Amino acid sequence: MSKKEAVLLQGDLAVVEGGMAAGAEFFAGYPITPASEIAEGFARELPKVGGKFIQMEDELAGMACAIGGSLSGKKSITATSGPGFSLKQENLGLGIMIEAPVVVVDVQRVGPSTGLPTSPSQGDVMQAKWGTHGDHPIIALSPSSVKEAFDLTVKAFNFAEKYRQPVILLLDEIVGHMREKVILPDADEIEVWDRKRPPADADKENFNPYEWTDDLVPPMPDYGTGFRYHTTGLFHDKTGFPRGTTEDAKKLMDRMTAKIENNLDEIILYDEDIREDDNIVVLSYGSTARSAVSAVNEARENGLNAGWIKLKTIWPFAEEKVSKLAEKANKIIVPELNQGQLIREVERAAKGQAEVVGINRYDGTLIKPEHVLAEIEGVK
Amino acid sequence: MSRYEIRLSGAGGQGMILAGIILAEAALKVDGLNVTQTQSYGPESRGGASRAEVVLNNGIIDYPKVITPDCLLCLTQAAFDKYGSELKEDGVMIVDQRIDISEAAEEVKDNILSLPIMKTATEDVGLTLTANIVVLGVISEIIGNTIPSKNIKEAIKNRVPEKTVEMNMKAFELGQKLKQ
Repeated sequence: MSKKEAVLLQGDLAVVEGGMAAGAEFFAGYPITPASEIAEGFARELPKVGGKFIQMEDELAGMACAIGGSLSGKKSITATSGPGFSLKQENLGLGIMIEAPVVVVDVQRVGPSTGLPTSPSQGDVMQAKWGTHGDHPIIALSPSSVKEAFDLTVKAFNFAEKYRQPVILLLDEIVGHMREKVILPDADEIEVWDRKRPPADADKENFNPYEWTDDLVPPMPDYGTGFRYHTTGLFHDKTGFPRGTTEDAKKLMDRMTAKIENNLDEIILYDEDIREDDNIVVLSYGSTARSAVSAVNEARENGLNAGWIKLKTIWPFAEEKVSKLAEKANKIIVPELNQGQLIREVERAAKGQAEVVGINRYDGTLIKPEHVLAEIEGVK
Repeated sequence: MSRYEIRLSGAGGQGMILAGIILAEAALKVDGLNVTQTQSYGPESRGGASRAEVVLNNGIIDYPKVITPDCLLCLTQAAFDKYGSELKEDGVMIVDQRIDISEAAEEVKDNILSLPIMKTATEDVGLTLTANIVVLGVISEIIGNTIPSKNIKEAIKNRVPEKTVEMNMKAFELGQKLKQ
């Protein structure tokens, strides 16, 4: 695609462009509305750079295959929607446990089950965090525009590689299927991070794949380069083998949690426009942010003190930031295309310091700016 | 220009989404004009309701979908019955001549432009499928220089199969004439 020229790009294809810019080399998955364009895009683009695309028999296999690609040293991605995201949860847990860098895209549609296949939703927010069993760290990013879909896909790969961590990219049908005029950055303007690998002269015979390093992210060799190692969903020690001890379980859990928690400043991304006197804040993410910003602009024209914050990183949740907002604001409005998911985190962080109000739609229709405006104005 | 909203509604398979994409691609080449294109459709590839939307604005487009259309197309009776009451006060509603508009709301009645779109596509162009391109000709006349007609023609050429370019150009021009 020619750069520096305005193009009409669909959100799903911006994920493909972003992935290619970040150095994606492998896609494995199973097509599903409204994420099929992502699979189609990678099938078209990857072979051009020597990458591989494979359509598996189902989403479970797609997830497993993407993890396998990652272990072999290739930047890997899979993409799906709600029903497929449910199927991927088991292997997503494996990816977290063996610390495989992999990007998992979920273009949300209305659920549960097959729901409304072609309509937008933000119903998988909690699933992104808690869909796979057990405590675990996760990173989930949520774009609100086609350009952000590109930018956050690059970020998703970067975070996955740097932290050896599955990263969820949560689009919704609006952002996935919407086409917008965008100007994509040139390759030299894009920061691309690669995973840390052990030095070539490392002792391959006595190599420990889960060594405790200062940054808590063990260097990761590519399978097939002479570093023979074992991966397992069981709790393991630095050798990668399970011993079944409580000591190993706690140690690994603490390290996996800390490698993310120690880097929240880098991982938690948001945009905001909150003026000194703004006592009403609209907190949103994904396509809903479009209505939020529009409503706040109109409220300001009407002389109201309203501001907005748009979370680009949903998980880990921007707890400290929201807590600070709640100290100043009287009211935080949280529009969501679900029955109220992220609002629970907002309430938890606000600790009763500000009134927290949700605006919710879960019928496959976008929340209109007028509904957000009515809430800002206090009109019921 | 300030925000201008176009909604194209019809049945699945009538090319509403393609028409929306063509309009959006034509808008790309206009300096300073921003554009978003969205759609709403059922799981089936033919039949069912299909709706494409295009929003144009010289400023940033926050809300990406149509709120109340400035320009509304209804190609089927079902689309008219569903969307026919939502129109800006000075908006234009294009409907196919076969659509019964006797039940139209008072406030939109004077804004309805009933044109033989399907008939033109079927009889004059010779292919019913080109109805969406006939529509683009009509819309081109309505929006005037916001998107120059040569941009729309160029965008059509880039999107339709090569061997149908001539036929589609004819459909576009006949559409323009319907409105002139």
